[in-house]
Amino acid sequence: MNAIVLLLVGLSTFAVGYFVYSKFLAEKIYQLDPDFETPAHTMEDGIDYVPSRKIILWGHHFAAVAGAAPIVGPGIAVVWGWLPAFLWVTLGTVFFAGVHDFGALWASVRNRGLSVGALTENIVGQRARSIFMIVIFLLLLMVNAVFANIIANEHISVPGSVIPTWAVIAVAMMVGWLIYKKGMSLLWVTIIGVSVLYGAIWVGDIYPLSLPETMFGLPAAAQWVIILFVYAGIASILPVWLLLQPRDYINGIQLFIGLGLLYTAILIAAPEVVAPAINSNPPANAPPLVPLLFVTIACGAISGFHGLVASGTTSKQLDKETDGRFVGYFGSVGEGTLALAAIIACTAGFATVADWNAFYSVPFPAPGLTAWAQGGAAIMSAGLGLPAGLAETLLAVMGILFAATTMDAGVRLQRFIIQEFGNIYDIPVLTGRTISTLVAVGTCLLLAFGAGGGEAGAGGLVIWPLFGTSNQLLAGLTLMVITVYLIKLRRPIWFTAIPLTFLMVMTVPALLIQLVGFYNDGNWLLVVMDILILVASILVALEALAAFGRARREAAAGPPTG
Amino acid sequence: MKKWLAGVAELLREFYAAPFRGAVARAKREEDDLFMLLVFSEMVGVPNPASYYTLELQPLLYEDFHEWHKRMGMDHSPIEGFHCC
Repeated sequence: MNAIVLLLVGLSTFAVGYFVYSKFLAEKIYQLDPDFETPAHTMEDGIDYVPSRKIILWGHHFAAVAGAAPIVGPGIAVVWGWLPAFLWVTLGTVFFAGVHDFGALWASVRNRGLSVGALTENIVGQRARSIFMIVIFLLLLMVNAVFANIIANEHISVPGSVIPTWAVIAVAMMVGWLIYKKGMSLLWVTIIGVSVLYGAIWVGDIYPLSLPETMFGLPAAAQWVIILFVYAGIASILPVWLLLQPRDYINGIQLFIGLGLLYTAILIAAPEVVAPAINSNPPANAPPLVPLLFVTIACGAISGFHGLVASGTTSKQLDKETDGRFVGYFGSVGEGTLALAAIIACTAGFATVADWNAFYSVPFPAPGLTAWAQGGAAIMSAGLGLPAGLAETLLAVMGILFAATTMDAGVRLQRFIIQEFGNIYDIPVLTGRTISTLVAVGTCLLLAFGAGGGEAGAGGLVIWPLFGTSNQLLAGLTLMVITVYLIKLRRPIWFTAIPLTFLMVMTVPALLIQLVGFYNDGNWLLVVMDILILVASILVALEALAAFGRARREAAAGPPTG
Repeated sequence: MKKWLAGVAELLREFYAAPFRGAVARAKREEDDLFMLLVFSEMVGVPNPASYYTLELQPLLYEDFHEWHKRMGMDHSPIEGFHCC
């Protein structure tokens, strides 16, 4: 089958989802009101609460939620064939992610712009809030560890990515300095910054760099992981205006350019999908398609992280409540298009089915980012005439920068949580910036090395599905909050309750299957992590049942609240 | 063309600033708080070798003094004979 068919069917599904289903949600379920005064107006402070134009808000909401995960997840999941991944990404975006992201935004806007965590406490209860905090901590821990491993492996697989990846730090700091200290026009700074980045990609392709195969007994991947965490630790304590803000900005611009280039290349090259629709011969250690598909692809189908963004910053800037449909629902469609591009790159970017089989015959999980870079490069080369090596470096850098930006923010957030723990439990040593950063980096390093059985980079992707389960669990918590809120308003709940039930039904068996695998491998660190998430999942399910019952009784007793 | 470029520049400016507006404002306030402490340090009992120079700045910061001490967790002015509320 031609990839253009896949592309058109995928985009048409997203279009139907946006024009039909999100309209139904907006009118019948969330019942958006154009006259409702949003927190951006009622609490306007020029800092957190600022009414923004919906196209701009959509742009940075999309840039904030899009990352390496919608690339890596589908890149791994196509091992079961292109069809399951394609169906989960398209239908997941329409019936799961859209409902979840849009709902989180709506619930937050209706509750003074509160974050999902605070909403959980207000709408469901204190116990659910505690579970929420634990899940977020585990999620951050895993996202940092897994992305460090992914970057390390990609630096080894595409050595041309080293120079541009590290040069972008200098580019970002230059951008920050030119804007804040020199007051230079952002338009020119953007043109200069993006040109330097693409120049660095070109230089990197000509001068690939590699670390020694072993140093102090550590393999190259382990060396990279240590370097990455030293960097992330330092970056997390630098002022946001100097690094994080310009880095995020450059990344956002690069996302739109990269996605545009890849989609254009697909349309021009019109490659054939060589991967089978259903892979009847997956690697021997590959877990069953159901339920593991639904946790291997989280971002790109449904991701709890989006709820944090929607309720954390986006809800405070929504000009009109009716803009929520475009910003929230269409934001998840944006991420769906990235996941769709990843599926096409990883299934149509190989010359023959034999090449594809050779790549995906490695033990599960296959390196998804490498598949994206190699497959996407072949398509870009055929469609745009770019040299294959340069295109591979470009796409590898795109994925790495997503992962690195997430790490920057992730380590910083983890530091905040550790400082918060220090305050709550009165442990002054944890409240300091340096110690809390060291603890954050130390725990991530422990997991990054522990996941590979003591060798970072060697088995880092092993925790990918576990990371997916914690992400889905967070999405489940958010859907629970939205559902309870809908019950209180006496509105239909099936459109959020069914995705919630589906997620819980898939997450628990996925955790049990992985638990057996980690136990058989003797990977005790991951056994403990798995049990922790399993306990949190069961608590979420019980909490959801109890909260639904309470909300129904309250709704039956009195007028709608909320 | 000029109008179009101005539109693009505006779009980029918002795209750059909006996600970090709060974080940047908080970072700026932290810097301002530290500066405030330096300027008023002698008056709260912390020796300051540059007090001869910072003394000149005190009238300029007087307007923000009330908000600062409230933010620092002190309901009333911590400085004897220096009342703002």
